[in-house]
Amino acid sequence: MIGRRQAIKAAAAAVGALPILDATLSEAQQGAPPRQAGAAAPAAGPRGGPWDPDLIHPRPGPWPRKLSSGELITLSALCDTIIPADEKSPSASAVGVPAWINEYVSHDSNQNALVRVRGGLAWLNLESNRRFGRPYVRLTQAERIPICDDICYLPKVRPEFQPGARFFDLVRDLVAVGFYTTREGMADLGYIGNVALPKFPEVSAEVRARLGVS
Amino acid sequence: MFLTQPQAGTNYDVIVVGSGAGGGMAAYQLAVAGLKVLVLEAGRRYDPVTETPMFQLPKDAPLRGAGTREKPFGFYDATVDGGWDVPGEPYTTAPGSTFRWWRARMLGGRTNHWGLISLRMGQYDFKPRSRDGLGADWPLDYADLAPYYDKTELLIGVYGADTGLENTPDSPPGVLLPPPAARPSELLVAKACKGLGIPETAAHRAVLTVRQNGAALARRIHPDNALARRVLAASMNSRAACFWATDCGRGCSIKASFQSPTVLLPPALATGNCHIVPDAMVREITVDRAGRATGVHYIDKLTRTDRHATARVVVLAASGCETARILLNSKTSRFSNGLSNGSGLVGKYLMDTVGAGISGQIPTLENLPPYHYDGAGGIHRYMPWWRYQDQLAGKLGFARGYHVEYGGGKGMPGPGIFGGLENFTDGAYGKRFKEEARRFYGSFVWFDGRGEMIPNEDSYCELDPDVVDQWGIPVLRFHWKWSEHETRQALHMVQTFAQIIDAMGGKVVGTVPTEGARAIAAGGQIIHEVGTCRMGDDPRTSVLNQWGQSWEVKNLFVADGASFVSNADKNPTLSIMALAWRTSDYLVEQLKRGDL
Repeated sequence: MIGRRQAIKAAAAAVGALPILDATLSEAQQGAPPRQAGAAAPAAGPRGGPWDPDLIHPRPGPWPRKLSSGELITLSALCDTIIPADEKSPSASAVGVPAWINEYVSHDSNQNALVRVRGGLAWLNLESNRRFGRPYVRLTQAERIPICDDICYLPKVRPEFQPGARFFDLVRDLVAVGFYTTREGMADLGYIGNVALPKFPEVSAEVRARLGVS
Repeated sequence: MFLTQPQAGTNYDVIVVGSGAGGGMAAYQLAVAGLKVLVLEAGRRYDPVTETPMFQLPKDAPLRGAGTREKPFGFYDATVDGGWDVPGEPYTTAPGSTFRWWRARMLGGRTNHWGLISLRMGQYDFKPRSRDGLGADWPLDYADLAPYYDKTELLIGVYGADTGLENTPDSPPGVLLPPPAARPSELLVAKACKGLGIPETAAHRAVLTVRQNGAALARRIHPDNALARRVLAASMNSRAACFWATDCGRGCSIKASFQSPTVLLPPALATGNCHIVPDAMVREITVDRAGRATGVHYIDKLTRTDRHATARVVVLAASGCETARILLNSKTSRFSNGLSNGSGLVGKYLMDTVGAGISGQIPTLENLPPYHYDGAGGIHRYMPWWRYQDQLAGKLGFARGYHVEYGGGKGMPGPGIFGGLENFTDGAYGKRFKEEARRFYGSFVWFDGRGEMIPNEDSYCELDPDVVDQWGIPVLRFHWKWSEHETRQALHMVQTFAQIIDAMGGKVVGTVPTEGARAIAAGGQIIHEVGTCRMGDDPRTSVLNQWGQSWEVKNLFVADGASFVSNADKNPTLSIMALAWRTSDYLVEQLKRGDL
């Protein structure tokens, strides 16, 4: 079996003279480790790392989580204010939403969100103490409502509550993503996809009537 | 077979650079024609059958599957080692220009995550300059490419419907597959469009809605080639029909959607005539003293060493800009401006698609019963351009048209769900948030225009004089400018969508842009970059002839979007494949006659 360098020489001779720029260093000259003749063909499959992760067996982000246990307790209480349990589905904290928010704000690209959440949690406890002499987690439901009402809608917020409202806005967005991507959340909405179907269904006559189409 | 290097002792007839739409089609057609083909692919070997996450949920992915720098289209998107950034492979943009360049580094390239929209260019699109005096004409017309559109649609499988509409070619009977039913949001959009005089019809997408009859189709496509019939029939019979779940951007493990690694490369490999070497980054084409291509230099990325592969013919299909880059980097004393660049046009007349979109909230879609919106994993319906006559009469203020893609409804909850809902609920939280979420879920629709750009002198790519990538290859520097034809078109798009949303009784989410320059997506953002080595009738004003053959290097061809003369409002991939097929037929014929 001819070696690689000889094969290239043979191929070069077959196609005629090559210009000077075409000189090829052998792999050994390029400092590569020796390659076995007839090396096995490369296999398909992910090579790992953020650019080429294993999509079949995904895992939550491996980066260290940054929120303290105290912060998580306050965050958990706020998550359940935003999405409480009702007759149809559980509360946000019951389905792991605080841990999801911790994953999100602990990612390198979300440093602004981390600051906003940490600052907001601190602010929330300050505001709770100011109004009721207790931290947020120890307020009653009736006491939590006036605080949240003051920060729940940025376009109508009073200037002194602007930072609180930005914090609430971010947390609500994160709670919604965390909750509605769980099985309980998807069931609550009535998402029935992600299953194989033998046939794609036509829209029912009843729904067509509601839409006003024939 | 897959190899780590070209097979010693094999005299390859053709090297194909790239394994995507054009490269995959060329590799298949040349291999079934009996030629010995070496495919060099910059990315790793990739297999949708074993690698596609078909049912994995956002909750199990990092950041609930949200886009990151390394996975910009989301965690589960099929793209490997790329996106807007490719590690170790930068590109630059000139001051004052904004251009974003999407690259994947994987077997099959961007056919693994594309939108699958497969529209034929129409007669107007081949002769735009003759029609309105702008841009340039193709050196062929619809009649020349129609047989290749027919065969490509039959081979890859495309669903859709015929319309009889102007410049919106229909397929022959029995070619298109049945389109999927319209979903509730689509029924409502259709009704609104009808009232506005906008045609709304089934989208054309490269997804099997029924299984292929391999023997019958292969006989129809390759009546004179028994080898092709055998490998193609077997490949077709191994594909399943769509089962109405899983976003196509993830890829498709059941081979219902078109990806080069599941539809073109397997039958190519089954001929025994095709070798694929992945992890091979081509740097330049080598030429002999007579100016004929002799092969390519490429970097074996795994050992980081330079190698040289040789063949009688070289076909470039590295994607529009990468192909131009290879030619520009193929400098010799004879071709000091790059190979095949006597016209000076390599890199010039870069085009992308004009994109602009808005979304709306539609009360009539609230509180509907559950419905399977996943569907065919992409759009079911679209609106072809409908203002040809008014436009030609100068009534619109911009010269070319756009089609409209749209969707919405009860899709899979993911990152971003209910973002902005507070604007519809006055800041609801608590039990009221849950009630509002149930009410508003599924009531949002989105519209995206996809329009034609006029090629211009200010939009092009060239080699950056200072920067090389991690393989030592000079990188591209992009120049980009939209003209008023494009920005006015983008404004027309969003104004039209606002009308449709209004006609549906809905409310635009956010505000409608009032300036086209604010509405239009950045150059490159739509990922349809074409035109850098355009075809033509005259070697002074083009790089290639109508066969994708270099005017100056007879045994060098281009089989990707670089050859495009215009970028119609018909997504390029179907045309790339049809043209690659036509180029392959010509190449085979020329080789047989000894004219290469």
